[in-house]
Amino acid sequence: MTLIGQSVRRLEDRPLLTGEGRYAGDINLPGQLHMRLVRSPVAHGRILDVDILEAVDLEGVVAVWTGADVSAIPPIDFRQEGLTDLYPYRQPILAQDVVRYVGEPVAVVFANDPYTAEDAAEAVFVDVDDLPLTLDATAAPGSFDGTHSTEAAVVRTTYGSVDESFTAADKIVSVEVTVGRHTGVPMETRGALATVEPSGSLVMYGAAKVPHYNRKAIAAMLGIDTDKVILREGHVGGGFGVRGELYPEDVLVCLAALRLRRSVKWIEDRKEHLVATNHSRDQHHRISAAVDPDGFITAIRDEFWVDQGAYIRTHAATVPNLTMAMLPGPYLFPSYETTGHIRLTNKTPAGTYRAPGRYEATFARERLLDAVAHELGESPIETRRRNFIPKDQMPFSRPIRALGTVIEYDSGDYAGILDRLLEHVDHDALAAELAHRRRGGEAVGLGIAFFVEKSGLGPYEGARIQVDTEGAVRVVTGAASVGQGVETTIAQICGDGLGIPHDRIAVVHGQTDAIDHGLGAFASRVTVMTGTATYLATQELEKKAKAVATHVLEVAPEDLRLVEGRVEVAGAPDRALTLGEIAARLEPLSASGMGLEPELAAESWFTTDHMTYPYGVHAAVVSVDKETGGVVIERFVVAYDVGRAVNPMLVEGQIVGGAAQGLGGALLEEFVYSQDGQPLATSFMDYLLPTATEMVAIDVLLLEDAPSPLNPLGVKGAGEGGTTAFGAAIAAAVDDALQKPRAIFRLPITPERLRQIIHGDYPEEGAAPCK
Amino acid sequence: MKTPVKLRVNGQAHEIFVEPRKTLADALRDDCGLTGTHLGCEHGVCGACTVLLDGDPVRACLMFAIQCQDMEIRTVEGLADGEELHPMQRAFWEKHGLQCGFCTPGFLMLAVGALERKPDMDEEELKEMLSSNLCRCTGYQNILAAVRAAQAEMQ
Repeated sequence: MTLIGQSVRRLEDRPLLTGEGRYAGDINLPGQLHMRLVRSPVAHGRILDVDILEAVDLEGVVAVWTGADVSAIPPIDFRQEGLTDLYPYRQPILAQDVVRYVGEPVAVVFANDPYTAEDAAEAVFVDVDDLPLTLDATAAPGSFDGTHSTEAAVVRTTYGSVDESFTAADKIVSVEVTVGRHTGVPMETRGALATVEPSGSLVMYGAAKVPHYNRKAIAAMLGIDTDKVILREGHVGGGFGVRGELYPEDVLVCLAALRLRRSVKWIEDRKEHLVATNHSRDQHHRISAAVDPDGFITAIRDEFWVDQGAYIRTHAATVPNLTMAMLPGPYLFPSYETTGHIRLTNKTPAGTYRAPGRYEATFARERLLDAVAHELGESPIETRRRNFIPKDQMPFSRPIRALGTVIEYDSGDYAGILDRLLEHVDHDALAAELAHRRRGGEAVGLGIAFFVEKSGLGPYEGARIQVDTEGAVRVVTGAASVGQGVETTIAQICGDGLGIPHDRIAVVHGQTDAIDHGLGAFASRVTVMTGTATYLATQELEKKAKAVATHVLEVAPEDLRLVEGRVEVAGAPDRALTLGEIAARLEPLSASGMGLEPELAAESWFTTDHMTYPYGVHAAVVSVDKETGGVVIERFVVAYDVGRAVNPMLVEGQIVGGAAQGLGGALLEEFVYSQDGQPLATSFMDYLLPTATEMVAIDVLLLEDAPSPLNPLGVKGAGEGGTTAFGAAIAAAVDDALQKPRAIFRLPITPERLRQIIHGDYPEEGAAPCK
Repeated sequence: MKTPVKLRVNGQAHEIFVEPRKTLADALRDDCGLTGTHLGCEHGVCGACTVLLDGDPVRACLMFAIQCQDMEIRTVEGLADGEELHPMQRAFWEKHGLQCGFCTPGFLMLAVGALERKPDMDEEELKEMLSSNLCRCTGYQNILAAVRAAQAEMQ
């Protein structure tokens, strides 16, 4: 049976279609309390007083805490250990003396029902004495807390001989670009429900992404044993990088369950979500290329600023590090230097969002490549082709590290995928048609942007497969699901290995009491890591099944075959045992008679030092309305090589969904702040997600030309490549539509900004080429 | 403060006792035990809480339960006929019209309600109709394909 490569229907869907899903908000426990946060109304200030008297007196209110009540709880740590220089910037679970952004938790209310909790939270009065604001991450750094600078760190990566290359350059081309502040915004807001079970264990429902890590972190913060904390993941309404990180509210519900000896539930509302859950992006790059007389780029020099917001959360410097590591993308760039400034401001703290660091770095690099092409007076396609890493140099190593691994592109044919894309869109005819339309007065254009993604981050993930006596199969993994189809994908890999239908397989994930180790769902890693572990476990399970069949059928193991869930004798398929029958033979007594461990089960762990590197091209055709500044995407193609697609329908779903998020960041979504640090996008009326009418039908060219040599399935992650180059491709297409090179240097391309560009009155600070 | 309210949901009567300010969505979820109606924004934009009220798709977060006395409410829990899924549910499954599934009940009720009122919507009308709800996972492509497929079957 070949299940890998089949677009089977998802195992997850039935309960989600019938209203039987169990998201965090759907779980209730008897006698539960409802938690509500009181959040800072100002962006920066010293707390003079938090008046809780009126709130405490409300009927149904059980407790109200301020910073003083939780001052013994340490701030939330980074997942990566040892970054002591950044410790002063960690967030406490409730503000202690100072508030640093609008939305920062200042006090917390616990009441018998959610409406009362909300009433009580409104009755808490927070008196704050304003402090000076920092809202511009590119301005001169100031003081964070009297001791530490708002420039938390300067990170650097370099290789080759950058200075020499720039000195010797025939041309130097520079651009200065900005990617706005936007983020994941899953449709389910965050939520958690904590309870203390009769065993004394603290259980938290509503976990996601990294349950095993968070279990340990919660235990450490609350001073209890890790084995007394259990995290349970239910259905998860979208992750995109932001959900499942350890936030103040997660710790507060757990602490309250312990202190108040009641179950405690918290469901974030949307207004809170937009000021409390991680923001992302918001980078400003000054980037230059040294170009030799042949038009080859010999060196890149980049300097960038990251608006980290008010605290450094669980990711620490992950996003700037990924930005630096992935900026070179598919090009040779023999010398490279980048310097990143991690700046604290008085905005909601930032973390990862789908294609973190890559959406930003790809925008900067591809805008630069377009500027180089313009300088050389050639097609942007030619510039890219000349600088690609050739296929015969794969695997290709750069002396850069990302997420603790050396950057080594495992496989790829960059020129090849570009050819496939150009052929797919019939490039010459398309370009001619667009030129014809432009001559007719339309502002239409084509933009192409290349990207390299990374996926399958290790160092390990495991899978345990168990078959019961009726042949039902259960796979347990420490990975997590945020709604992307993990159960189906893993079941397909398991079913493929065992020759049984995927719908006979149940996949258990995100339960810290089901398996001791698990790293979770991020970095497009689950199919690569858990998928490979599952594949390896099917091989172990096959060995054990054959050992039993050897005893029972009295045939040497090499004469046995595992076919469609049965172990049969080669050449005599009537002599066979089903996996269920074998499991029955492995009941403890008969198992010991055969000298085998009981249960038909196998466990495997896949470990790896290297990530896999999928890659692709985005192509956009847009038309611009010069009157309104509106951009209509007429056509959008994503060519993406994922090595091998386990379920092409699901992979395409990831790409199209990722593209919609790329579109949001390119044209619509932005967290704007007023001059006094008030967030202006706190509802879906102001923070604009793409709807069905803004979205264009994405034409997906799903390729499997470069399987990964790093795992036996050849798979690479598919989660992020729909997003990565979207902004860069749209910007190039708008430039082309306006016949105005370097017109777009900032995302999102809002109608207001585009009108200013068209009418030539864009404020000077951003002006395209930098000195 | 609490008042008795009679809700008729998916053909069943629910006699509940709620504050007048309790939204229909919260009443369905907390007092009727029907958690399939989801809350994504509570300010009427995302449409995850869409239910049918006397046949019309409405935002359950923008209605008070007390306003819905004696009206016929349909939620996602009432779509399937026992084990037999509604054509719209089946089409969403076949066409991969959902990923995380959080917005799905709202989209199902929106599309079913709209197509029951106007079965012959063309492509542009369907897209326009679907643009009243938000999905963050799918990019809408497969939702549109699913609704088109279900439309054919519902006619």
